[in-house]
Amino acid sequence: MGTDVIAVVPKEEKQKSAFLSTLSRVVRYSGIRLITLFITVVIGIYLTIMIANMGGYVDQMMKSAIQERITVEIAKSPQYKTMDPATKSVLAQERIQSEIERLNLDQPLVIRSFKFLKNALTLNLGRAMFMTSNTGSRNVKIIILERLPYTLLLMGTSNLILFFSTLYLALALSRKYGSFIDKVVIALSPSSSVPPWFYGIFLILIFAAVLKILPFGGVIDAPVPKDFLGKALSIGKHLILPASSLILASFFLSIYNWRTFFLIYSSEDYVETAKAKGLSSRDIERKYILRPTLPTIITSFALILISLWTGAIITETVFLWPGLGRVTFQAIGQYDTPIIVGTTIIYAYLLAITVFLLDFVYALVDPRVKLGSGGN
Amino acid sequence: MKQFMQNIRELLKYPTAIFGGLVVLALIVSGIIVMIKIPYSQAIATWRGGEEVYGKNPRNVPPKWVNYFRKDKLVESLDMFEGDEDVEIVEIVTEGGTPIKTVTFPIDFQYDNFPTELTLYFTSEYESKQPFASVKWITPDGTEIKINNFAVGKTHTFAINQDTKLKKKLKNMAPSTGLFLDQNAEDPGKKPVRGTYKLVVETVTFEPDSSIQTEFVMLGQVFGWAGTDHMRRDLLLPILWGIPVALAFGLIAAMGTSIMTMIIAAIATWYGGLVEGLIQRITEINLVLPFLSILIMIGTFYSRSIWVMLGATIALSIFTGGILTYRAIFKQVKESTYIEAAKAYGASDKRIIFRYLIPRIIPLLLPGLVSSVPSFVFLEASLALLGLGDPVLPTWGKTIYEAYNNAALYRGWYYWIIQPATLLMITGLGFASLGFALDRVFNPRLRGM
Repeated sequence: MGTDVIAVVPKEEKQKSAFLSTLSRVVRYSGIRLITLFITVVIGIYLTIMIANMGGYVDQMMKSAIQERITVEIAKSPQYKTMDPATKSVLAQERIQSEIERLNLDQPLVIRSFKFLKNALTLNLGRAMFMTSNTGSRNVKIIILERLPYTLLLMGTSNLILFFSTLYLALALSRKYGSFIDKVVIALSPSSSVPPWFYGIFLILIFAAVLKILPFGGVIDAPVPKDFLGKALSIGKHLILPASSLILASFFLSIYNWRTFFLIYSSEDYVETAKAKGLSSRDIERKYILRPTLPTIITSFALILISLWTGAIITETVFLWPGLGRVTFQAIGQYDTPIIVGTTIIYAYLLAITVFLLDFVYALVDPRVKLGSGGN
Repeated sequence: MKQFMQNIRELLKYPTAIFGGLVVLALIVSGIIVMIKIPYSQAIATWRGGEEVYGKNPRNVPPKWVNYFRKDKLVESLDMFEGDEDVEIVEIVTEGGTPIKTVTFPIDFQYDNFPTELTLYFTSEYESKQPFASVKWITPDGTEIKINNFAVGKTHTFAINQDTKLKKKLKNMAPSTGLFLDQNAEDPGKKPVRGTYKLVVETVTFEPDSSIQTEFVMLGQVFGWAGTDHMRRDLLLPILWGIPVALAFGLIAAMGTSIMTMIIAAIATWYGGLVEGLIQRITEINLVLPFLSILIMIGTFYSRSIWVMLGATIALSIFTGGILTYRAIFKQVKESTYIEAAKAYGASDKRIIFRYLIPRIIPLLLPGLVSSVPSFVFLEASLALLGLGDPVLPTWGKTIYEAYNNAALYRGWYYWIIQPATLLMITGLGFASLGFALDRVFNPRLRGM
């Protein structure tokens, strides 16, 4: 009987119902995906908060630091020299209490951590404990936003150059598979086991210390040039070394990986068929090699876009580059939990959003992928 | 075994594998030798020793191998004791019964620069009457220059450079310069005369049980095979001890991470369902956590010990992308007929996981393991560069950190950074090349590409 029912459904309606079922599947899938991603972010952030407080250990340290600082302050101050010890100690106690209250250290960690979590998740990053922005603000958002352009400049320049140049070179190399240049690239690919800051040290040694043509570090010349062009040139000059060390550190391995990846795809049967048909190599590359590899290329591009936001802690430290990585490092050194959590939450959100969107992008570029099917 | 030998033969076709293998072997052998020759406790005690250990070294001087690349040779530092082989001792007793000891320190001077300091260290024993010393200098052409006569205390330091009388005698030149110039020439010029100089110290003691010992130190412009740092410490120790530390950190972290990842992936695939879901969630959460930031936090708040860092590194590296790769492979293996057979004869889960699943993919584990060593070796150096190196152990990373903090590149003390950096680079490249070749041999999909 059932078959009869389907048979009488008009074609239009059948399409409609198929569309509706797809839609409901997509909505259900996205809903579940969003919830799991959100839970992941919540747990990740909560763990970061707990680690940043070392399970309350940092509180103890900060309390005793406050106590010591205020006691010494009062003992040294000429203003209180004539005061008798009893009043002095009362005054010290009062001050210590108010400082502890200012930093919310009087509440138990569990309550504080959940408050932190709620504020972090709503992107209410609050105020830093000790660090200030260059304008003197303690607002975490201002501190992070102030450093962000520098990180984006450094990471953006180096990663985009790296991504597109290696992709292009790898494609060219996969055509010349087995040639001398190919072998050189293979031989050089272990060079990427060395991290960027390490190349940075050698670049500083060569170009700053010995040749003296590029600056040791920093972001702009000491008397800041007045006109825009001068500023841009000065920043560009300071950018060369850190950006090249970031590029150099992954250049050859990246070419090698893409090349191998393209080679695997260009040995598929349909590529052979296309070659046999006599299509131009340009067409083969675009239609038969790049198309099926598009999801992977997009994923890696998306991951690069996320990494732009994190900054490179050590490279920025070596080059004294005032970016997010350095701010994170300084914040950890000063036990400034709000900033540590702030930088983490931004990263976590960006990662979650990217992972979520990538699923849809896959379905768009790769007809073989169906959203929500196959998954449980 | 046959398969293994075949793999080895395959491996030897790659020049990178031979290079990498030799480097790794050399590092392991020298690491073991260093640990035997300089035990852990001795290394730490020497490195953290102060003035008494390093006081007689020059400050911030390059190693002596720089002379191989220079036309004008830099002066090597010298430290000679009375009992040393080249040092000549003549003891006579005068008619009055006073013993006179003549100690001659030969200085083989084949350099084009001048030393920075010439110092005599005396230690003596006496009741009430101090021993007496007279010092003179003999140049290669036989000219004798009287330096000074003085009574010697229990521990006595005589800095020849500080002697103003001698300075006047040498036409107002610092003795460390003037003593090495041509004494008889009208214009002594600016080049030292090469040859064997002699520093003669004549000591007289006036009591029967009294004795005196002499040590001569010439501070030059180069020192030892690795140079010295800002605290006059010999950099050879961190250079040598860096080898076992780097290897231990890199190998333990790589092995710990790979093996744990593999076991957890195997368990996840075998049990599936809830366990698999849980492990996948943990991996996702770990992806959100900022790896380096957390390591830095642990280092700053908790402990900078290299072993704590190692544990934290392994713990944070288990649940990463690697687990997904292993899972994909295990999924294939799980469907094999021999696993079916094992299930059929009633093998336990534990038996199947550890006896059938895991051994199957060990060949795949090896390339990944070797390739991941450099990243951990450099991780240790990176943490040290951020000031989170082990507080007691001398390592390559800590040497670079100290050099960097003392603006070594800016001041031209390149050797201080280049030596540990080159070793780090060689270690990294060695393991990476080997791992790379292993990957191509063991991953048939990559073979020939």
